[in-house]
Amino acid sequence: MNDSGHSELSDVEVRVRALESLLAEKGYIDPATVDALVDAYETRIGPRNGAKVVAQAWADNDFLEWLRADATAALTSLGLAGRQGEHTIVVENTQDEHNLVVCTLCSCYPWPLLGLPPVWYKSAAYRSRAVMDPRSVLADFGVSVPQSTRIRVWDSTAELRYLVIPMRPAGTDGWSADQLADLVTRDSMIGTGFALRPDQVVRR
Amino acid sequence: MNGAHDMGGMMNFGPVKEEVDEPVFHAEWERRVFGLTIAVSATEAVNIDMGRRAREFIPPAEYLSSTYYEIWLAGLTRLLLETGLVSEDELSSGTARTPAVPVKRVLKPDMVPSMLAVGSDSERPAETPARFAVGDPVLTRNMHPIGHTRLPRYARAKRGVIERVHGTHVFPDSHAHGLGEAPQWLYTVRFTGAEMWGEDADPTLTTSIDAWESYLEPR
Repeated sequence: MNDSGHSELSDVEVRVRALESLLAEKGYIDPATVDALVDAYETRIGPRNGAKVVAQAWADNDFLEWLRADATAALTSLGLAGRQGEHTIVVENTQDEHNLVVCTLCSCYPWPLLGLPPVWYKSAAYRSRAVMDPRSVLADFGVSVPQSTRIRVWDSTAELRYLVIPMRPAGTDGWSADQLADLVTRDSMIGTGFALRPDQVVRR
Repeated sequence: MNGAHDMGGMMNFGPVKEEVDEPVFHAEWERRVFGLTIAVSATEAVNIDMGRRAREFIPPAEYLSSTYYEIWLAGLTRLLLETGLVSEDELSSGTARTPAVPVKRVLKPDMVPSMLAVGSDSERPAETPARFAVGDPVLTRNMHPIGHTRLPRYARAKRGVIERVHGTHVFPDSHAHGLGEAPQWLYTVRFTGAEMWGEDADPTLTTSIDAWESYLEPR
């Protein structure tokens, strides 16, 4: 990083600035709108939304049944549908089956629930190998799924978005949805991780 | 397009590396490219399928050596030129030289929350009955269109089973080229690992894609 106080913009920075200024001059975009869009995904729309959904599914069987029957309607009731989550499907990890979500063609991801995807989700390494050798991908995350558990990979090739409901950790009986949400990691909702055990988080 | 974006089954990209405490964006210009792409899409001069098509048409060597938001920038620039919203001359000078093309909407900051909450539904009313039902065996087409498609190479000419039926949705292969929405029935189709990758595949693996009806044949 340049911390000399001089303005030394890279080529891409110069091009993007010029493009934004041109689009604003022609009246196609408002720079304040760009600020608002960025702010939405940096501050409001992220994996805590999905964690809330998973925790409620664990805590409330009626809600889980609603998610199974019509996840989009259930999520709309929480204000968690919308852009890049217009049609959402939940898939549940069990001892018998482990679900993993990928988009081999681009970077489709359930934005209202998880925010914008991390770099690894968009990477060639993940997109190429998740569909062919998912256990080796899980190993990259330090995750091992028993051979007795089937692996089910969902390639998001249309405008359907997938949310994985991880297995509820043992030792959480009687926990509230708020407490349970602290156990739900982003990766556990993609299938590249498990929910945290109670001893892995500091109880509030 | 059999482009570099169609990555399922490619090899030798190395391990998947997770960044600890990863920020949403890694530079200010990435923020701007993201926001500009969404804001330009709100004008309705372009659509999401055109956006994907524009990114996929980046030549493979360039695609594979670009970062994600560099690809978005290249795709956005291509679409702006294609649609005539800006000219080459304007891009290089950074100054408007011609009057703006009329657009349907210019997104204002106070419209952002509702725009994101509503999204853009790809489902359309069904005008024909679905050709396939859950449990039907199907064969994916062996097709290699020069244009945009959402049928990945690894899933072509493969035997699968219909797992879910999703209603009729805008057909990207048409919509990406400005040829209309041409909605079709959409299905989740499940395949065994062995069907995709041969007898050495993980025997516990099944994979699905979401496939439009014209990608599928009965078997």
